[in-house]
Amino acid sequence: MKTVSIQVESRTERLIAVRDFVSEAARAFGFGDEDISKIALAVDEACTNVIKHAYRSDPTKIIRVNVIAGTGTFEVVIQDEGLRFNPTQVQAPDMKEYLTHFRRGGLGVHLMKSLMDRVEYSIAPGKSNELRLTKYLPR
Amino acid sequence: MSEFKIGQREAENVSILELKGYLDAHTAPKLEEAFQGLLKSQRYRIVVNCRDLSYISSAGLGVFMAFIEDVRNNKGDIKLTNMSPKVYNVFDLLGFPLLYEIFKEEKEAVTRFFDRTK
Repeated sequence: MKTVSIQVESRTERLIAVRDFVSEAARAFGFGDEDISKIALAVDEACTNVIKHAYRSDPTKIIRVNVIAGTGTFEVVIQDEGLRFNPTQVQAPDMKEYLTHFRRGGLGVHLMKSLMDRVEYSIAPGKSNELRLTKYLPR
Repeated sequence: MSEFKIGQREAENVSILELKGYLDAHTAPKLEEAFQGLLKSQRYRIVVNCRDLSYISSAGLGVFMAFIEDVRNNKGDIKLTNMSPKVYNVFDLLGFPLLYEIFKEEKEAVTRFFDRTK
């Protein structure tokens, strides 16, 4: 098991650095272009949620992104110390209904769940909020 | 910021926005401004050419959602063209092809505005 990490300030201009970091790790792990794009987008959505919801756009806060490369399992753990926001409890919208009523927001969570194999959220007293995104390497 | 750029031009009374680079939560406000500018000058026939768009996240998709109602209430539309498979996949995952007309080529989208049999 190998872990690599990056810490960035809670600012949207840092999203590109997070995507590059995760993409590189996913490529080194053996994923192809399509899966790399999916993982990078899911992590972007997760970090965007942290910036906007958990940290309410406070740029002095820090987001930590850890990539844990196991045997055939690629996990990205996003940690923050902001407000609790559990994306796994957000219900998948009925997209037709959603789109025909021209609503905004909430799309990120739906994307994350569609792009990754598993999405888990954990909170523990005195610890960081943790969102764990998992993708399995195709055999 | 050089990671996202928008070009704007007119063709046959249709406004064309050309997107280039990475459209995410950081750059989405630029696209929002571009749409606001078009609506302010009452330009409701809009084609968004995505040929050079390398990346889109839900923040970018949200911008299209924010303006479509206004545009259609004014008898216009936002039509999308020239998407790479990677960008199209994101639109498709969220069911956007149900709501937006997506064309392979810009010309088809422009012509569509004048197609009375629509």
